[in-house]
Order: sequence, then structure tokens, then C-alpha cells
Amino acid sequence: MAQADTRRDGVDWLRDALPKLVLSPSFAIVLVFVYGFILFTFVLSFTDSKILPSFGWVGWQNFERLFGLRSWGIAVKNLLIFGSLYIVICCVIGLALAILLDQKIRAEGFIRTVYLYPMALSFIVTGTAWKWFLDPGIGLQAVVRSWGWEGFVFEWIKDPKMAIYTIVIAAVWQTSGFVMAMFLAGLRGIDNEVMKAAQIDGASTFALYRRIVIPQLRPAFMSAFVVLAHMAIKSYDLVIALTGGGPGTATELPATFMYSYTFTRNQMGIGAASAVIMLMSIAAIMVPFIWSELREKK
Amino acid sequence: MATDFSAEVGPVAARPSGTPGSTQVIQTGGAARIGIYFVLVLFCLYYLLPLYVMAVNSLKPLSEIQAGGMMSLPKEWTAAPWASAWSTAQIGVAATGLRPFFLNSIMMVVPAVAISTVLGALNGYVLTKWRFRGDVWVFGLLLFACFIPFQIVLIPMARLLGLMGLAGTVPGLIFVHLVYGIGFSTLYFKNYYQQFPTELVRAAQIDGAGFFTIFRRIMLPSSGPIAVVCIIWQFTNIWNDFLFGASFSDFDSQPMTVALNNLVQSSTGVKEYNVHFAGAIMAALPTLLVYVVAGRYFVRGLMAGSVKG
Repeated sequence: MAQADTRRDGVDWLRDALPKLVLSPSFAIVLVFVYGFILFTFVLSFTDSKILPSFGWVGWQNFERLFGLRSWGIAVKNLLIFGSLYIVICCVIGLALAILLDQKIRAEGFIRTVYLYPMALSFIVTGTAWKWFLDPGIGLQAVVRSWGWEGFVFEWIKDPKMAIYTIVIAAVWQTSGFVMAMFLAGLRGIDNEVMKAAQIDGASTFALYRRIVIPQLRPAFMSAFVVLAHMAIKSYDLVIALTGGGPGTATELPATFMYSYTFTRNQMGIGAASAVIMLMSIAAIMVPFIWSELREKK
Repeated sequence: MATDFSAEVGPVAARPSGTPGSTQVIQTGGAARIGIYFVLVLFCLYYLLPLYVMAVNSLKPLSEIQAGGMMSLPKEWTAAPWASAWSTAQIGVAATGLRPFFLNSIMMVVPAVAISTVLGALNGYVLTKWRFRGDVWVFGLLLFACFIPFQIVLIPMARLLGLMGLAGTVPGLIFVHLVYGIGFSTLYFKNYYQQFPTELVRAAQIDGAGFFTIFRRIMLPSSGPIAVVCIIWQFTNIWNDFLFGASFSDFDSQPMTVALNNLVQSSTGVKEYNVHFAGAIMAALPTLLVYVVAGRYFVRGLMAGSVKG
């Protein structure tokens, strides 16, 4: 009797625990390889690690040195320039295209497909294409000159002051179609009746969009901002393929800084500190967003 | 959030008026419409321009490009740059072409995508149909893991792969992509299974069906669309990855993106732009093909993946 009971208990226990058992490997993997590793990098940022991890505690020294470094200053400044232009231009182009595409356009499906395909490409491919297109020797400048405008100059990619804007050009090309899709989805969710009523009241097209449509796109703006800011902070491949961080250090971003300090300059402590700063800035954007999403769901 | 891409995702929500798909209520005049089409077509050209540049220049001899003819069609058509990029171009130290690296990418992508998708389906099933106390926290932690900058895990991962003897190997890359792919695949399946009627699961349970039976017989048969979305997303992301490939592979195990970058950045000899463009198209072709064939699923994944929690 008693034996059968314990066996049934065992079966019951297994049945109850099975879902959690199925979930636990994934959860364990994420706990160790995401959160454990974050902790590890965090600890390293307070140590004297150079070429290999070591655990001599140095307090805030890495962070102090990091913020004193000219190249980190350049990387942060570049990220601010790149990030803000990237977000603003993507939103402007995305919104404009979404509104235009929402006017009962023929072949809308085809046009949408064309606008979005760059998202399917690797940033390395995008970078390669734009690198040669912007190259003064063979690209746009050479082409325009061969068409007869001999004095035409477009050398941003070789100009330390302007090179960061070439990153913006290529990045906007890659993602603006995607932002268009987000705004288009938002537009499709707006109630027609309100617009009709406003129109009957004599609102002009411009006023209609400015006063009624665009304010209702607030969630789409939020999503676009979060996605773009997150992509800007993580940008690495595009810079490597397009300019390699150059000319000189003119287009270094925090992501390329982290990589070169950690793996080629053997300043692992400083590299870890820069990674921590990157994580913090992404968390500042993502955590409130995820929090609100999860609370909405409950 | 009002962000489901209704035109792509499914039946368009019923609207009181207007044609399906458009919220347009403004009557635009003829001139305005011509203007709109003009702008839309102009942007089509802008988005297609780099693809055009890559395609035409991969089919012409180098001399034509050097003479400033980047925008024109080839005067003399040639497939030689493609042949060179595929099998003889100098990648780093060896003249192997991109072929071995293309194969590396395939060997890396297939298992990583398959395993992360299966795990994601199981996780999504548990998190929606077998909820337990604290499951929102578990999901929140999985979700945030999707968005971390990978720089934060590079150093410990490099150490770990070294300790496991997987440094610089394709299995090592599979492992890395698997680990960081679980979050997204779980997100997809969770959001999808949430819409699935829980009563069906409960009814099957009362009939005596167990955990796996329900998954196999009830959940899986209706999971087709989300599985496609998830597979496409993972495929695109892993194929296009550069950071992990550059950090954790050595010469023999480089994925395609890293090899392409090495081809383009190599500083020795004459720059063979036409070969670079051919290589770039090769690296882009698999994901581009998937996009053309299953674009609506790709868009759905993008929207769900980057917008929804």
C-alpha cells in the first residue's frame, strides 16, 4: 500500500515538475551565459586584467582611465552624432514614406518589398557596397566626373571630419525601410472615423496629419526609438566594413573601441569597463520598455 | 501595442469604411498623386542603387570600373569575377576563394537554427500553457537577454570556448549562436502560443494526455507559421552575424561574413572591386533569397522581434 502511494507521489511529482524541467536547461543557459557572463565582465572591469583575465582589484581605476582616454571621448561623441542623426533621419524618412504609401498606392506590396529588403542583408555586405560607392577613386565622385562635371568633389569617406556621416548614410539606407514598416503598421491601426469627422469640420490635410494622425503614432515612435537606439549602440559590423574605424580614429564607436582595447591592445580591464558602459546605456533604454510591455500583458 | 503589421500578419481588421489596408480618407488631386508616385519611385531607386552597383560591377572587367564606369552596364560581360570570388580569390593568407567559408556558414547555421527553434517552441509552450509562479520573471530575463550588447559577453565566452576546446571551431560558433538565439525563439513562440486557446489544452489534459502528447498532437500541428517566422529570423541573424564570427573563429572556421570582410580589406595587390562585389552578392544571396520567397514571414518576425515584448 504505502509503496504504491510513494510511487504515485513520484509520478505526480514528475508530472508537475515536467514543464519546469523542460524549461530549465534554457533558463540555466541564459542565467550562466548571459547573466553570469555579465557579472564576470563587471568584475573584470574592476581588475588589472591586461592580455588575460586577472583578479588584482583596482577599484574604479579602469573607469577613470577610460573616461580620460581621448579615443573613448571620440567614440562616445561619434555615437552621439551617429545615433541622433540615424534615429532622426530614419524616423523622418520612415514616417514620410509610410504616409505616402498609405494613400491607396498601386503596387504597394512591391514597393514595400523594395524598401525593406536591405534589412535582410548583412551589415558587412552593406558596408562593402557603400564603401566602394563612396570611394572617390571609383565611386560617385569618379562617375559624376566621367559624366562631365570635372570639378565634382565627394570625399567624405576619406575626410576625418565627414567620415562619420558616411556611416549614417549607409545605416539609414539599411534600416529606414523597416522604420517605414513600423509606421505603416501604426497608421493602419488608426480609426478612420475620427479622421473623417475632422475632415468634415474643414481640417486641412496637413492639419489632419499633424493634429490627429501623428499624435496617435506615439507607440510606433516609441518602438522605433527603442529599436534604433539599441541598434546604434550595438553598431559594429558596419563601421568595420565601411571605414574600419578610420580615417585614423574618426569613425570609432564604443563597440569598435571595446573590441580593439580588449583583443588587440590587451587592455582587457578597460575593454570590460567600456562594455559595462555599453550595457548600462542599453539597459537604460530597454528595461523600462520591457517592464511596461510585461506589465501590459499581465 | 498598436504595432501588429495587419497588412502582413493576417486578416485586416474590419473597418467601418474605406478599402482594406488603407486608412486614407483624403482625396488627393491628380497632380498630388503624380508627386506621390514620383517620390515613392525615387526611393525605390535609392534602395535598389547599391544592389544595382554590386550586380553590374560584378559582371564587368576591372578596367571598366577603374575608368569611372561604376554606374554603367558592362560593355564587356564577364563571369570571371564570380569564378574568382568563389574559388580562387585571396582570403587572408590562402587563395581559396569564398567557397569553404560559405560551407562553414551553412554548417554553422543549420544546427544552430534547428536547435534554438525547437527549444524556443518548448519554452513558449511551458510559459503559456503550464504557467507557474514567477514565470513572468523567467520570461523577462530571457527577453532582456535578446537585447544585450554582445560585447559584454565576449571576454568570458572567449575564455569558456578555450576551456571547452571549442575555440576557433565551427561547433564553438554553433554553441554561441544557440545560446544567444534562445531568447528570440522563445519570444516568438510565447507570443504565438498565447493566442492559442488554453481550454483545448485543459480538455486534452482531462482526457489524460500528458505534457509531450499535448505538445505534439495539439500545439505542433498549428505552429507552422510561427516556426517559419522563427527559422527565418534565426537564419538571417546567424548568417549575417559578424561579431561572434570575428571573435571566435580562426582561419579554417570563418563564416562567410568574416571571409568577405577579409577579402575586401586585404591590402595586398590591386583592389579587385569586381571580385569584391561578386563576393558581397554571394554573402547576401541566401538571406536575400529567403526574403524574396518568404518576405511576409520575415517582416512578421522583424515586427514581433523588435517591437513586442
